[in-house]
Amino acid sequence: MKILVGIKRVIDYNVRVQVNREGTGVVKDGVKMSINPFDEIAVEEALRMKERGEAEEVVVVSVGPEAAQQQLRTALAMGADRAVLYQAEEEIQPLAAARALLQIVQAEDAGLVLLGKQAIDDDANQVGQMLAALWDRPQATFVSKLERSGDTLKAMREVDAGLENIEVDLPAVVTVDLRLNEPRFVKMPDIMKAKRKPLDIKPFAELGVEMPPQLEVGAHEPPPKRQGGTKVESVAALVQALKDKGVL
Amino acid sequence: MSAHDEGIERDVMEYDYAIVGGGPAGLACAIRLKAKLPEANICLLEKGSEIGAHILSGCVMEPGPLDELMPSWRDNPPAICVPAGTDEFRFYTRQRSYKLPTPPQMHNAGNFIVSLGELCKQMAAQAESLGVEVFPGFPGRHPLIDGEGDAARVIGVRCGDMGREADGTPDGRPGDNFAPGVDIHANVTLFAEGCRGSLSKQLIRRFELDRDAMPQTYGLGFKELWQLPEGRTTPGLIQHSVGWPLDNATYGGSFVYHLDQDRVYVGYVVGLDYADPRFSPFEAFQQFKHHPDMRALLAGGEIIATGARTIIEGGWQALPKMDMPGALLIGDGAGTLNVPKIKGVHQAIRSGMLAADHLAAAGEPAGYDAAFRASAAGEELRKVRNIRPGFNRGLWFGMANAALETVLGGRSPWTLKTHSDWDSLNSLAAARAHDGQAAMAANWEAERSLPPRDRLASVYFANTAHEEAQPVHLRVADTSICATRCAEEYGNPCTRFCPVGVYEMVDDGQGGRQLQINASNCVHCKACDIKDPYQVIDWVTPEGGSGPNYQTM
Repeated sequence: MKILVGIKRVIDYNVRVQVNREGTGVVKDGVKMSINPFDEIAVEEALRMKERGEAEEVVVVSVGPEAAQQQLRTALAMGADRAVLYQAEEEIQPLAAARALLQIVQAEDAGLVLLGKQAIDDDANQVGQMLAALWDRPQATFVSKLERSGDTLKAMREVDAGLENIEVDLPAVVTVDLRLNEPRFVKMPDIMKAKRKPLDIKPFAELGVEMPPQLEVGAHEPPPKRQGGTKVESVAALVQALKDKGVL
Repeated sequence: MSAHDEGIERDVMEYDYAIVGGGPAGLACAIRLKAKLPEANICLLEKGSEIGAHILSGCVMEPGPLDELMPSWRDNPPAICVPAGTDEFRFYTRQRSYKLPTPPQMHNAGNFIVSLGELCKQMAAQAESLGVEVFPGFPGRHPLIDGEGDAARVIGVRCGDMGREADGTPDGRPGDNFAPGVDIHANVTLFAEGCRGSLSKQLIRRFELDRDAMPQTYGLGFKELWQLPEGRTTPGLIQHSVGWPLDNATYGGSFVYHLDQDRVYVGYVVGLDYADPRFSPFEAFQQFKHHPDMRALLAGGEIIATGARTIIEGGWQALPKMDMPGALLIGDGAGTLNVPKIKGVHQAIRSGMLAADHLAAAGEPAGYDAAFRASAAGEELRKVRNIRPGFNRGLWFGMANAALETVLGGRSPWTLKTHSDWDSLNSLAAARAHDGQAAMAANWEAERSLPPRDRLASVYFANTAHEEAQPVHLRVADTSICATRCAEEYGNPCTRFCPVGVYEMVDDGQGGRQLQINASNCVHCKACDIKDPYQVIDWVTPEGGSGPNYQTM
């Protein structure tokens, strides 16, 4: 089985994101970029499945700017076999990403698609579900435990009520949650090896996905500043303060 | 090497040259080496999560050495790069400021205000395109030394392990994701760690490189990037000040560099030889920002980024021997910064290039120290050698001495002594006897109106992160003196000199006090390693990729 893992280049989770002065987006110049952390977990899971003999090949794919090669190289250094970048400098919205992935999945004849449950930049949480619908295959989302048994996958899902165990037939789409695994550290010799692994760069147009943006962003604003708290001297003062606020 | 290393199998990678540190010195050396020796295998290690993540500098750069190294840099300038405009030098009092003549070393015509972090990213891209292997996220942890006594030779560097978990022992134990650091073996290893490098410190001691040098001396610098309301800045304007809030005896001053797009770099540098243990460099910086001149500039603006880093100030007479068997110290790892110019970048680049030229010609480290001292970079340091030590006798003596030394052009027949910083503190009792800056600071916090609220609010803008499970990388050899001897003698100055509040004295639950180390706040400035009056704090590299994530700093 071939596993296809989708990865997105996003602003690093340690970086404090700022809205640009015009309010048309966030500042990306000179800002550290990384693999979307959920996608990194997906890469790790694919590698573990391969190491357990449940898959033969792990292919990582990204749709994004030329610089997304860096993130694909990181995935190759973790252990993925090869990488493909469909280069698109403009923003790709979730439905367009799902349609693009459908083309790639079919071209690659993948048996399993592993994706992060959402990207930490737009937090859309849509691509995996949309891809499963377009592909007309089963989906297991928010997965925190995954096992292959023959032609089915046993997946534990993190749902509002707790945990849910389901089985899905392969081929399938799986989106992964935070607790599924802890990605490995990249080793220095593997970074060297990754430089020699295949990384194909193709124009996005080659996928034949023509999609005008479905969503229009009105404006970007930073969250309102929190007002500082105040200290009160006594319980009576606290009660009075709450009454003044109309809480009591 | 610790007992923990027994039984751990490590990959060994062989290189012709290994460079520890991705700042201007290391990157300049890598680029120049590859240009001179295209066949050489060269790797460069950087402890930050990416190149530039741990770079913090003013920074007004003299472009000459970079022009020579990378002539094309001006065609593709770093994200922040503003040609220097007018220079201003002022003396501050509590409410007013007075224009002083700008010292000749501080004239900046032809220079550039740059983000050094961004510039380093471009230098790294250049190095990689030439074939240098650049490894961000991989700290050097131990120098590898072969042989004993006079036969001892540096043969490379051991990278830090990943995935160690704290267990009460200094090095912790391997966790589930443990990945041992590789051993890098190289014909020559170049240590370009910047000010107070943790491996350089070990090597200076091991090879007695400072045997003929005077004590090294340091400053602690703070920097903030502000976005201001429209129309307040003059792009290219370079402002420096001395005076308030520091007293006459304390060395230091401010910088304000006006950028484009209504942004400014605001910073403050304090000599770490200050004497009052109650003094807080961070508070001094915040006080400075509340001077009427500064408040008018900053009020209503917003902080984009903050950071802190020590600066090496010993200059010519404190410069250790820069070569040893198998290795070189370059840049501020050795101490090539020019203090009167308040510039180190051009000197760091020169020292890196010179190291490459020397190695390409001589094939071995021996002789680099002499070559550096005889070079233009060495001569630049020698000429200004007496200026910083003159300030040991106060601001006004220092300024008069600086003027004299400038007129003499370094031809004075004497060399003033430097002194170490860790033993410069007066006792708490002596400090209380005469009221210093600390008393002013104590009454002052209430009226603060500009952000950040405190050190924790400030470090938020440094994007610093350390995996919480890892062993503490600030090794305090003896914490028993914190609540007793140190509390009595100096009142735990670590709780004030640390720019991000790593050190705290907390209730020990038994009616006493104990030291708590908030290691995850650390921005790798090294002030604690330098200023701790008992010299029991040892700063070591944490897990790779830990530390600040400076952006456009």
